Amino acid sequence: MKLSSLTSRSIAAASAVVLMGTLVACAPAPVDITGSTIRVTLANHVWTESIKELIPQFEEETGAKVEITQLAEDQLSDQYNVKLNAGTDEIDVMMYRPLQENKLFASNGYLADLTELASADAEWDWTDFQPGPAALTSYEGAVVGVPIITERTTLYYRKDLLKAAGVAVPTTLDELSKAAAAVHKANPDVAGYIGRTGKSAAVTQFSAFLHSYGGTWINEDGTSAIGSKEARAAYEFYGKLIKDHTKATINPEMSWPEAAAVFQQGKAAFMADADSLYKNFTDPQKSTVSDKIGFAPFPAGPDGSKPYNVAAWAVGINEASENKAAAWEFVKWATSKEITTATAKKGVMGARASVWADSAATAEYPAELVEAIQINGQNGVGLDRPLVFAVAKARELVGNPIVVAIAGGDLKAAIDKATADFDAFLKTDK
Amino acid sequence: MKKISTANQASSLVRFSNWANKNRKWVLAGPSMIFVGLLLTVPLGWTLFLSFTDARRSVRRPFDLNGIDNYISIFTDTDRFWPAVMRTFAFTGGALFFQLVLGMIVALLLWKPFRGQGVIRTVVLLPLVATPVAVGMMWRLLFEPNIGFVNEFISWFGIPPQPWLANPDTSLATLTFVDVWQWTPMVALILLAGLTSLPEEPLEAARVDGANAWQRFWLIIVPLMWPVIGVAILLRGIDALKTFDLLYATKGKGGGSFNDVETLNVYAYGLSFDYNEYGIASAVLIFFFLMILGVIWTLRMLSKVKY
Repeated sequence: MKLSSLTSRSIAAASAVVLMGTLVACAPAPVDITGSTIRVTLANHVWTESIKELIPQFEEETGAKVEITQLAEDQLSDQYNVKLNAGTDEIDVMMYRPLQENKLFASNGYLADLTELASADAEWDWTDFQPGPAALTSYEGAVVGVPIITERTTLYYRKDLLKAAGVAVPTTLDELSKAAAAVHKANPDVAGYIGRTGKSAAVTQFSAFLHSYGGTWINEDGTSAIGSKEARAAYEFYGKLIKDHTKATINPEMSWPEAAAVFQQGKAAFMADADSLYKNFTDPQKSTVSDKIGFAPFPAGPDGSKPYNVAAWAVGINEASENKAAAWEFVKWATSKEITTATAKKGVMGARASVWADSAATAEYPAELVEAIQINGQNGVGLDRPLVFAVAKARELVGNPIVVAIAGGDLKAAIDKATADFDAFLKTDK
Repeated sequence: MKKISTANQASSLVRFSNWANKNRKWVLAGPSMIFVGLLLTVPLGWTLFLSFTDARRSVRRPFDLNGIDNYISIFTDTDRFWPAVMRTFAFTGGALFFQLVLGMIVALLLWKPFRGQGVIRTVVLLPLVATPVAVGMMWRLLFEPNIGFVNEFISWFGIPPQPWLANPDTSLATLTFVDVWQWTPMVALILLAGLTSLPEEPLEAARVDGANAWQRFWLIIVPLMWPVIGVAILLRGIDALKTFDLLYATKGKGGGSFNDVETLNVYAYGLSFDYNEYGIASAVLIFFFLMILGVIWTLRMLSKVKY
């Protein structure tokens, strides 16, 4: 590894401090990063907006300058593919999706090993991060990222429509289907349920249905599990839930922003999606039904209620960065207890156990949401998509039957083909 | 001593000047040749090399040569590759046909001077200056099956709402229409330039001999315009083959959930940026490159055919 002069200076300074014997055992001396520029690449997210407001504080405290590049999710992935493939040192800190990219990036050598840095600072406390999310940002025993945002599948519903239709908040998937039908019958212009429909986008939300039906993506022997009886039932249920309770033409390319738009416009009664999106529904500037939103734990299927409970985003350090010391200072600051608490108050659900235990951090959240988060957290499954190297391709393969189910096509044939394709894929994904 | 070196310098300058004069074409073309060489040949050569390797996930990982395995795998792929080839030709052929017919009509209407011609010409050319991504977003909203204006508009004539981009059976045709909307003005512009440079005499003579408008168009104008039409087909054809932004902006990754508008370009993009299959993606791109060269060659041969 090539050390920049700055890093060398920092190490020299730190050594001097050690010699002077003033170093406290559990907290390494703050590294002087005055004057350095930290280039941070971030995705469009509530967390990003919150952290951007706090960054001037960091710059003032440390004397470093933070340069932000902010991109939409897909563009962010494209940037990483191009730049990291070329071995760029222009990115220091990178926000990435552990479930989608951790395995790929870490095995490509894009992510710096943070194990020593993470374990060295007891005050920052790596052990405070929830084990599930922390496992997702590790690779072959090494810490390669720090989780910043966790998500669980939550059922959003319209309180007013349910009340008017005389149906209770569903606790099982069967009840959800019946409630969606009842609300749609009472309000023909409103869809009973809206959810993601895009082949790849729908996979993560569908996973809650799959797991609750007792299915999974990959069998223990490494073969495709999407052809199982349970998975077939889940595909069919998800397709019917969206297709059967609406008179609108369904856009087959919906990710969360498109599906959320339908809900925000008051055109749907239910939507199950990440709880981290709740501000999109409760913010009067974004939602016409902001005061009518209810939150519930994910309804139980034949195998119980099994929403996902995952680390949706993490920050890592580019292995090729020549500014790793400063980058780590930024990561440490952005994921510290203090900042995690501050962003939690703005609606970002972090991965620190101590922040979840602090009732002040979630005091602003709707009480019903906090309850749903707690129940979902207990029931949650640690994955929402097949955990493979080439996640993007795997998502499309297992997502094919979802779109066929929603379109009302030949689902059996679609699942049979997807099973064969996914099996063939799994053999090469090594 | 100083004198000698000055004389030496002067003579070497003269020698260089003579050499440069003798090799003017190389000296003048040299910088751009190096530029093109670096920016075109190197990436193309690298892509060609990658197409014979099993590079995937990252080109920084070790990879091996695997001969023509990638080519075999794409040529035997009836799931994504061949449908993408067919869609590429269907989209290009459909768009080009309507653009030529409509472009010719527009060009003929704008040919002879009339009042307000300047304004009309500007209005006709407007779609041409819009960014394809913005055009895609605009038409996506207009074609939205539930709240879009297009379904509202056709309902005034008693036509039931259509799914447009939301249905795999109609999405490619819908996007072909958008491409026609955007690029017909360019074809019209090229054809109009051809029309205004046509000699008056043959048309006058035909008129005197009693040829009607259709005969004058089909037997005089089209044959005289043939080289210009060839240029329009060539320029627009290559451009349409390579269309990416419009398809991606309206249907997203993989040409939609059913891959319904996935052309070769969109497929190659998905292979490299989503799947990180750099070897296979490179093979598709090399095939695509050769296909475009083939199309150019065929069109050039056709334009030499006597009308």
